[in-house]
Amino acid sequence: MTGRIFSVVGGMFLLTVCSKGDNSQVQAAPPAAEPAPASATAPPTAGGTISGKIKFTGTAPRNPAIDMSEEATCKAKYPTTPTEENVVAGPANALANVFVYVSAGVPAGQTFTAPTTPVVLDQNGCRYHPHVFGVMVGQPVEIRNSDAVLHNIKAVAKKNRPFNVSQPSAGMKTTRTFTAPEVMVNLQCNVHGWMHAWVGVRPDPFYAVSGPDGSFSITGLPPGTYTIEAWHEKFGTQTATVTIAGTESKTANLTFAAH
Amino acid sequence: MTRRALALAILLLPAPGSLLLSQDTTAGKTVYVKWCAGCHGDQGAGDGFAAKHMIPPPRDFTGAIYQIRSTASGNLPTDADLMRSLDEGLHGTAMPGWRNALSERERRDVLAYLKTFSTFFADTTLRPQALEFGGEPSGGTGDEALKVGRQFYDSIGCRKCHGDLGRGDGPSSPTLKDDAGHPIFAADLHQNWVFNGGGSAVDIYHRLRTGLDGTPMPSFSDLLEQKFLTETELWRVAQYVRSLSPENPPVVRDVIRAPLIERALPRAPDDSAWTSVDAYWFPLVGQVVRKTRWFAPAVTGVWVKAVHTTDSLALQVTWDDRSESPDTAWLDHVGRVFAALEQDEGATDPPALWPDQIAVQFPVTIPTGMERPYFLMGSSSAPVYQWRWTSTARTTAVAGLARGLERFDPVSNGGVGAQAVYDHGQWRVVFTRALASPDTATQLPFRTGRAIPVALFAWDGSNGEHGTRMAVSTWYFLALDEPVPASVFISPVIAMALTLGLGLLVVWRAQQKTSFRRQQ
Repeated sequence: MTGRIFSVVGGMFLLTVCSKGDNSQVQAAPPAAEPAPASATAPPTAGGTISGKIKFTGTAPRNPAIDMSEEATCKAKYPTTPTEENVVAGPANALANVFVYVSAGVPAGQTFTAPTTPVVLDQNGCRYHPHVFGVMVGQPVEIRNSDAVLHNIKAVAKKNRPFNVSQPSAGMKTTRTFTAPEVMVNLQCNVHGWMHAWVGVRPDPFYAVSGPDGSFSITGLPPGTYTIEAWHEKFGTQTATVTIAGTESKTANLTFAAH
Repeated sequence: MTRRALALAILLLPAPGSLLLSQDTTAGKTVYVKWCAGCHGDQGAGDGFAAKHMIPPPRDFTGAIYQIRSTASGNLPTDADLMRSLDEGLHGTAMPGWRNALSERERRDVLAYLKTFSTFFADTTLRPQALEFGGEPSGGTGDEALKVGRQFYDSIGCRKCHGDLGRGDGPSSPTLKDDAGHPIFAADLHQNWVFNGGGSAVDIYHRLRTGLDGTPMPSFSDLLEQKFLTETELWRVAQYVRSLSPENPPVVRDVIRAPLIERALPRAPDDSAWTSVDAYWFPLVGQVVRKTRWFAPAVTGVWVKAVHTTDSLALQVTWDDRSESPDTAWLDHVGRVFAALEQDEGATDPPALWPDQIAVQFPVTIPTGMERPYFLMGSSSAPVYQWRWTSTARTTAVAGLARGLERFDPVSNGGVGAQAVYDHGQWRVVFTRALASPDTATQLPFRTGRAIPVALFAWDGSNGEHGTRMAVSTWYFLALDEPVPASVFISPVIAMALTLGLGLLVVWRAQQKTSFRRQQ
């Protein structure tokens, strides 16, 4: 079971790498073939780095199988019954889809320019790709529909204005921006109750999402002492404090408890 | 001087689309505390003491997320939008209209006050602006327009939630939640009189454009920008949806007229004989008299038709129900309903699979005076006669005596037949019985020409309804038309024949006289 998840996630990663910079190919690709969220924000080059691995203890809960019988076109995109992606575990209890960000330590008043390159969220095979991603305040999020079925995209937010728009056919695109930092905004499709994505909206570029092997890397940090917070949709949050001097790299491994 | 006065006058004029200058939040708070806080809560979080008895729940003002707007999805409502909901209320919810209960001044003030619950309204970058809707294209009730509307109803996926025939029974309907996780029904598009944003084609078009923020209903405005469909085509969808409801909201009439028919009793729900029979609408409300009370009935009304032959009665009860219970797909919905409502103490049964049910109630004997048995299933001393049908035993109905909500004693020789059809979000059930009573001590004989008290009860099992958790009506009447005696038809014929005969006689006599004179 774990092996299968890993192979799917691994495949996802490979496809991501291969499809970088060529979006025309991406749309025709099978599910899970979208640019990784971290790549959408150009990471600052100079400065220190915090990297590490996210793990969990205990047994990961089983991801529920998705009954896609109502949506034949989505169902046809999977060789076996697809599951939800609530807990995506890698080998040795590595935990993917964790949003890691600097929650404190960035000097107040320091502003960062949001990239104009959009973060792409694709609906393919009646699932969201990526499942968890980050975006800067003011940075566009381009929502695409690669399924020939009706999706509605609803953002459930508190600090941002919500929205709920429909995309009844393949090839449709909607671009939205968020105006305030918020961890996390929930994106959901009400036509397909299993479809959830999570977006962390940040005022700075200091965030990352853990990969299939649980690793993450936040770069370009000026010297200082930072609190980093890791958020997982089922396991809650974990924090660590890291001090960076000069352009050094520091490691911060975080461990969640499965419950 | 004149110029200064003019400048002052301009300053005092309210800005277009805004009522702000004439609003007083302090006075608004007084109104709010008195009239609104009971449901919406002291801090506007939608958590007043009455909130746990309502589905849908009262608006939480702190998020500034409003369903009924003229603005794009995610945008704040205009003051005019808020004022409309305040004035007219929100049909199908517990929110009444306040136009006649509060003065205009009070309504403006309370509107200003409720906006203070959210910081979004203070954000000047979020000034709400109404969308350009354009006018309704004509010909919207014609066959061609409705065909186009139906085509786009399918292609933009309305059926996913609202169902193929629009009764709110689409494949996604059991999973629907609002932003707070409360259960929410896809609207039954055949009941436009309970659409919370209004039931006209214009209202429906506006909801398609703006979406209902906070609910699963999205905005379809992007489709116009992306040329997926034209404004006219989206209007046709609105006009098609409008066409599913009757032209006017149903009027409640006290007496169901059961005509005498010359053919066989229509025992099947879809027997063609039913099409020519008048339908009567009976609104139902939650049972909130006895514990366990029920504040969120799913069945808000039933249509009743009745006919009789010389020896039997048939009663057709039709109601919209999103689920053919018991249905495991709806179990989570039941859990959400129970979680959203404050349960009476001791009523902690977990969600389970219950059937749909309907009960028709009569007195045991026709009361001679004005007094009828207690409408809520009688009492131990004065029982009522009932027919009960459940979706798990569709082709039978149980007749018996109810002695209050807790006690129902079936009778052995009930003689009540039933047939049922579930079709696209609608139950149609026909009860039949002989007019003569199998046992006059317990079962009412049906006689023509008199008002027979009748009441109805409904349960939607997939909404958690069972036992005392049900929808109830008050007493109405059923009247079986009397057979018309043959003399009614024969007398005019005799009268006509006599008149004609007499006339002919007079003419003949006159002619006789004339010819006699000529001969002379």
